[in-house]
Amino acid sequence: MAQTSTVARGGGDPSAPARRHSPRPRRRTGLPNWLVPYALLLPGLLVIAALLLYPLYQMVDMSFHQVGLRQIRAINPTPAEFVGLDNYNSIFESDLFWTSLRNTVVFAVVTVALTLLLGTLVGLLLNKLGPKMSTFVVVGIMAAWATPPTAQAVVWKWLFDSDAGVVNWTLNLLPDWLSNLVFGRSDWSGQPWFNDTITLYLVLIVAVVWASFPFIAVSVLAGLKSIPSELYEAARMDGATALSTFRKITFPLLKPVFSVLVVLSTIWDFKVFTQLYLLAGGTVNRDAFNLSLWSYAEAFSSPPKMGLGAAIAVVLTGILLVITFVYVRNIIKTEDVR
Amino acid sequence: MSPLARKRLGRVALNAAGVAVFLFAVFPVYWMVATAFKPNDQIFTTSFIPFPDPPSMDHVSRVFTQGVAGNSIWRYLLNSTIVALSAVVIGAVFALLAATAVARFRFRFRTSFLILLLIVQMVPAEALLIPLFTMVKRLGLYDQLLGLIVINVGLTLPFSVWMLRTFVAAVPKELEEASWIDGAGRFTTFWRVLFPLVAPGLVATSIFSFITTWNEFVFALTLIGDQGKYTMPVALQFFVGQRSTDWGGIMAASTLMTIPVLIFFLLVQRRMVSGLVAGAVKG
Repeated sequence: MAQTSTVARGGGDPSAPARRHSPRPRRRTGLPNWLVPYALLLPGLLVIAALLLYPLYQMVDMSFHQVGLRQIRAINPTPAEFVGLDNYNSIFESDLFWTSLRNTVVFAVVTVALTLLLGTLVGLLLNKLGPKMSTFVVVGIMAAWATPPTAQAVVWKWLFDSDAGVVNWTLNLLPDWLSNLVFGRSDWSGQPWFNDTITLYLVLIVAVVWASFPFIAVSVLAGLKSIPSELYEAARMDGATALSTFRKITFPLLKPVFSVLVVLSTIWDFKVFTQLYLLAGGTVNRDAFNLSLWSYAEAFSSPPKMGLGAAIAVVLTGILLVITFVYVRNIIKTEDVR
Repeated sequence: MSPLARKRLGRVALNAAGVAVFLFAVFPVYWMVATAFKPNDQIFTTSFIPFPDPPSMDHVSRVFTQGVAGNSIWRYLLNSTIVALSAVVIGAVFALLAATAVARFRFRFRTSFLILLLIVQMVPAEALLIPLFTMVKRLGLYDQLLGLIVINVGLTLPFSVWMLRTFVAAVPKELEEASWIDGAGRFTTFWRVLFPLVAPGLVATSIFSFITTWNEFVFALTLIGDQGKYTMPVALQFFVGQRSTDWGGIMAASTLMTIPVLIFFLLVQRRMVSGLVAGAVKG
């Protein structure tokens, strides 16, 4: 091995002396031209293969095996036992599957809809505001966008705190008759938001919408700015109403932006983990699981059921890949990847 | 109502809506900072205290001296910085090489590579957690910052390449051709001509990776068991106690964690949008 590798490395490169006089500078590196892009790509490709593609394969592989403590220990691990579709069977038979799938889907649908609605309205508003006011609002929404997910979660947990939270204080300000009429109660002191799955998800929706509408707003604004103003002038001359201008000009021209935003938001909201984990206080409340929290809980509680966790992750990834497919098709349509 | 009055009213309504959006976005962040500077008796109260009165540095100094989970907050800030900076530097080199390949050369599998980038960006990191955990464990990288660094390089690379390739493509090819003609080699041309022109884009991309890595929670939570090696996001949750939560401390720590991200964000916000919705906007 040792000898051959010395030779293979080109210890006695015959072309070495000629290099100095070469009229074509690109030969100096000794790489033929066609090989250059592959050489540049190689490190990145290796990283992607080792850290994303191989684990992806492994995830699928593990989902057909029983993987516990013995299999993952560093010293002298035992090989995992092949169990076929057992993991999948126990997922689909589990009550948790339906609750966590319901939580995942309902949360994603509601959050995506609210985020896009609010984001688009704010984007349209920013386009109408004067330059100073617009900058002021953009800087404000940046603050929400920039807050790290972990900080988002603790801040909203604090705002919705049962005793000293601002939200309960505000709800107590409502006139009693109004509060009774809308919520059927007038005293909100000590209202625990995080014990019940529905109110927990309510807070989660508010927190995630709060953190993600700025991106939609700024993207919609960028899209609006790219529409030539002549179109609007022409519409005004023809006496078009604001609504029909939006329907006939703004919306069709922003459609590619919207389709990307919808898919990106769906993907992000489908796999929400950090905020849910922190708001729910870890994995204690099984009712509040979504698919990613459930997968985590199975794989990292004791005893760890990594195979089962992997199978849940496969189901989640499968759903997301279908959504991604739509996204990729849209990107390829609108941009030159060729 | 005269048309002028109606127009003025419309303007007032729009500005009022703008202020409302601003308040909704900023209030939680403001409340985080305000709570961090309030003494405990102004935090644990059922009445509404809009400003810390007077502001107190108790919590901020406490998270530095006493800290949480047995370490000063400096330790976690340092760990987070080590992980984020290392991942960014390594990732930037790989991303620049790959982006140059994609933006400057036509070769077989180029389209396949770009589509691969798009697809792997969408694979949920949470799903890769389990196989990456076993991999890290097997390689003996569990409980080591190095393991986190490597994984963050992988998580941020696809997006970095995707974003950076537009910056490389924006550099006019003629400049490089002129450099060839002047007899410069491949490396000289890359280093002296292309690199300085791509540098601003590289900075923007790196800032984006920095934010992603700085905020990363799930992997830091599972791959690190040693409290001395926690990163900021993981350390935060130790302010939450069994019976009561140290809200002053957690808000002080959250504020410290948010500041660098906020600064970086304001620096690159415009580029970030164009990177994320690349193509769709310009149609």
